[in-house]
Amino acid sequence: MRVLYFAWLREKVGLAEERLGPEVSADTPRALIALLRARSPGHEAAFAELARIRCVVDETLCPLDAPLLDAREVAFFPPFTGG
Amino acid sequence: MNKLLITEAPFDAGAELASLAATGAGGIASFIGAVRAADERGAALAALHLEHYPGLTQAALARLAEAATMRFDLAGVVIIHRVGRLLPGEMIVLAATASSHRGPALEAVGFIADQLKTAIPFWKAEELPDGTKQWLAPKAADEALARNWLETWPADANGHKE
Repeated sequence: MRVLYFAWLREKVGLAEERLGPEVSADTPRALIALLRARSPGHEAAFAELARIRCVVDETLCPLDAPLLDAREVAFFPPFTGG
Repeated sequence: MNKLLITEAPFDAGAELASLAATGAGGIASFIGAVRAADERGAALAALHLEHYPGLTQAALARLAEAATMRFDLAGVVIIHRVGRLLPGEMIVLAATASSHRGPALEAVGFIADQLKTAIPFWKAEELPDGTKQWLAPKAADEALARNWLETWPADANGHKE
């Protein structure tokens, strides 16, 4: 699974992208976050406030409790601020 | 005639408006967003950084253009949004529309500009003169504006089609 980070999540984690092996298994984005938080102090800081985090699974915006199933790509980021 | 572009390069707003005029629709409207020289408290800004989610942005822009076209009966839509590091005064975004009348053309530009703030995967960070970056949070007012369009749909569109 590919995990992508954008904006301040990318800066706090220190990576734009990481690949997780099949040994990392989570049923929902929220469960995946719990696993990712343990990876480094940067991850822990990035995921400190879940209310400020949005998630896309395989290019579809979804809640943190959506099923992950066989997701290929999960992206975490703050709310959009375009325009 | 739709043109939906995410680019680091500057754009020529005049040329884009001319291409919409060439559709023959008759009513052309546009909004241009440019980098501010100061933040909300009046402190000088050195630059604005814009980031996007490449796998998602183009599809989200296509959906937005399609929604605007259906709702306002447009003959053409141009949305150009720049990414990267932009200096104060540089143009960030162009939203332009062509319709047979000025009402729908102007309204559609407002709709697109409001949706660009909250519905497309872009993120902005302000760069201060000392080089530090502050990521912007969405404003409640912007979210309310974007939501308001969705709540008035489809009743509003029926009005336009009469």
